Amino acid sequence: MKKIRIGSGAGYAGDRLEPALELMEHGNLNYICFEGLAERTIALAQKAKKADPEKGYNDLLLYRMEKVLPLAHKNKIKVITNMGAANPKKAMEEVAKLATTLGLKNLKVAAVLGDDISNKIQDYIRETVIETGQPLSEINKELFSANAYLGSDGIVEALSNDADIIITGRVADPSLFLAPLLYEFGWEKTDWEKMGIGTMIGHLLECAGQVTGGYFADPGVKEVPNLWNLGFPLVEVNEVGKGFITKLDNTGGMVTTATCTEQLLYEIHDPENYLTPDCTADFSKVTFKELQKDTIEFSGASGKSATATHKVSVGYLNGFIGEGQISYGGPNCVARALLAKEIVEKRLENLSFPISELRCDLIGINSLFDKGEIPKDINEARLRVAGKTNTKEQAQFIANEVETLYTNGPYGGGGATKKVDEIISIASILVPKDDFEINVLYKTT
Amino acid sequence: MKLWEIAHVRTGDKGNISNVSVTVYDPEHFKIVSEKLTPEFIKKWFGKQVLGEVKRYDLPQLGALNFVMYDALGGGVTSSTALDKHGKTLGAYLLNIPF
Repeated sequence: MKKIRIGSGAGYAGDRLEPALELMEHGNLNYICFEGLAERTIALAQKAKKADPEKGYNDLLLYRMEKVLPLAHKNKIKVITNMGAANPKKAMEEVAKLATTLGLKNLKVAAVLGDDISNKIQDYIRETVIETGQPLSEINKELFSANAYLGSDGIVEALSNDADIIITGRVADPSLFLAPLLYEFGWEKTDWEKMGIGTMIGHLLECAGQVTGGYFADPGVKEVPNLWNLGFPLVEVNEVGKGFITKLDNTGGMVTTATCTEQLLYEIHDPENYLTPDCTADFSKVTFKELQKDTIEFSGASGKSATATHKVSVGYLNGFIGEGQISYGGPNCVARALLAKEIVEKRLENLSFPISELRCDLIGINSLFDKGEIPKDINEARLRVAGKTNTKEQAQFIANEVETLYTNGPYGGGGATKKVDEIISIASILVPKDDFEINVLYKTT
Repeated sequence: MKLWEIAHVRTGDKGNISNVSVTVYDPEHFKIVSEKLTPEFIKKWFGKQVLGEVKRYDLPQLGALNFVMYDALGGGVTSSTALDKHGKTLGAYLLNIPF
């Protein structure tokens, strides 16, 4: 029975590269997928592309490809990635150029286009924003990006045309991994059980090291061996959709029923109805079984038909966040940090400009979750003040009012830091799939 | 005894919605954990952190419960003024629940 092996080379835009190279060298892989787009990443990339039309793809794309391409060529591994972000066409051209420089001949690089509908966002201005229930037009800010979560179609098309390296913009994370299964096994796009299985496989792999123990260790109760040398996961699956997830023997980390269960439910709401562009996946009956150490068999995934719409993330500039921090140590440090907090709060009252969602937390005490109690007998406390403003200068004012505590606050403040971030917010709308046209471009070295 | 000794958690975010899965180490503990961790209990435990409703999905074959908490992240990663904008650390606070 035909079977293939798919590895996971990155779980987010800035992930480590070494485990991916190990997998490509020793994993006997047919495919490797690099996932590099979080909810907001593509909006940031659109902003970069606006400033410079030659940019807008993942910053680490060429750094990664310089090491990945020779291995892909040598070991006949196809590479699929959404690192094209806001500019897959330019990313394809740069990767093809790099391959030529590296002396790699007859490498076919593809770009999957069609997710970007930024230039016709006004057509959808009356659509309802999922997060707020209000029409998109209510946002009243410049809507500068709109990217749909495409499914596996464009990647499957590129594979059918013998592409070796496939670079996409916004494609749903599991679809990157589902595509080679559809292509290799000829699964029907309406075989919902298979679509569900492939989506589950993609979901297990999409965060790379998160399923091999890279988000699991808790000393004493959840020990993970050699976490410093964490290996990335791979799946071996056959044409009826049976298979297992594992990692390379000589790497750190672990694959257990527990790491797989955590990853299966990661960022899932109703496990029976996980909406993706390819299908409505059903993970509610999934089971895991240990075949041997670090090798877990999966079964029980299924699915139903996909919805008729694509989710589109609309990016808009939404003001600024100004933030300052300062530390106090030694006896009575908590009382001094609290005095500093009170001082800053008073100085930020009655300004000529509005500050919203002002937060004043003590790091190490209540900055992550406020339990309503403040211990007094600790040896250091760090004040963090953050608030939202309309302009950069106003945000800078908040940050400065923390730094000035050095000489205008309690004794012994140290290690002050300040920063200002522009807020890029996302509104999600649903757009009929029929409104999208997928286009695949190619460049052969 | 704390929940920490019998179960592990994983937290994720989508917009302003946080989800926390709670998985027992030993299937025998699934019953007592599911009896205690009702959606109402979880909402009360998180207090003002979770402004919306809490939904629970059960996966008994995995010994897991999945809690979906609405309006829980101060607007979410794209707009919150919190230090942990994803709320990735939230689930760990459930492990303090006494048993």
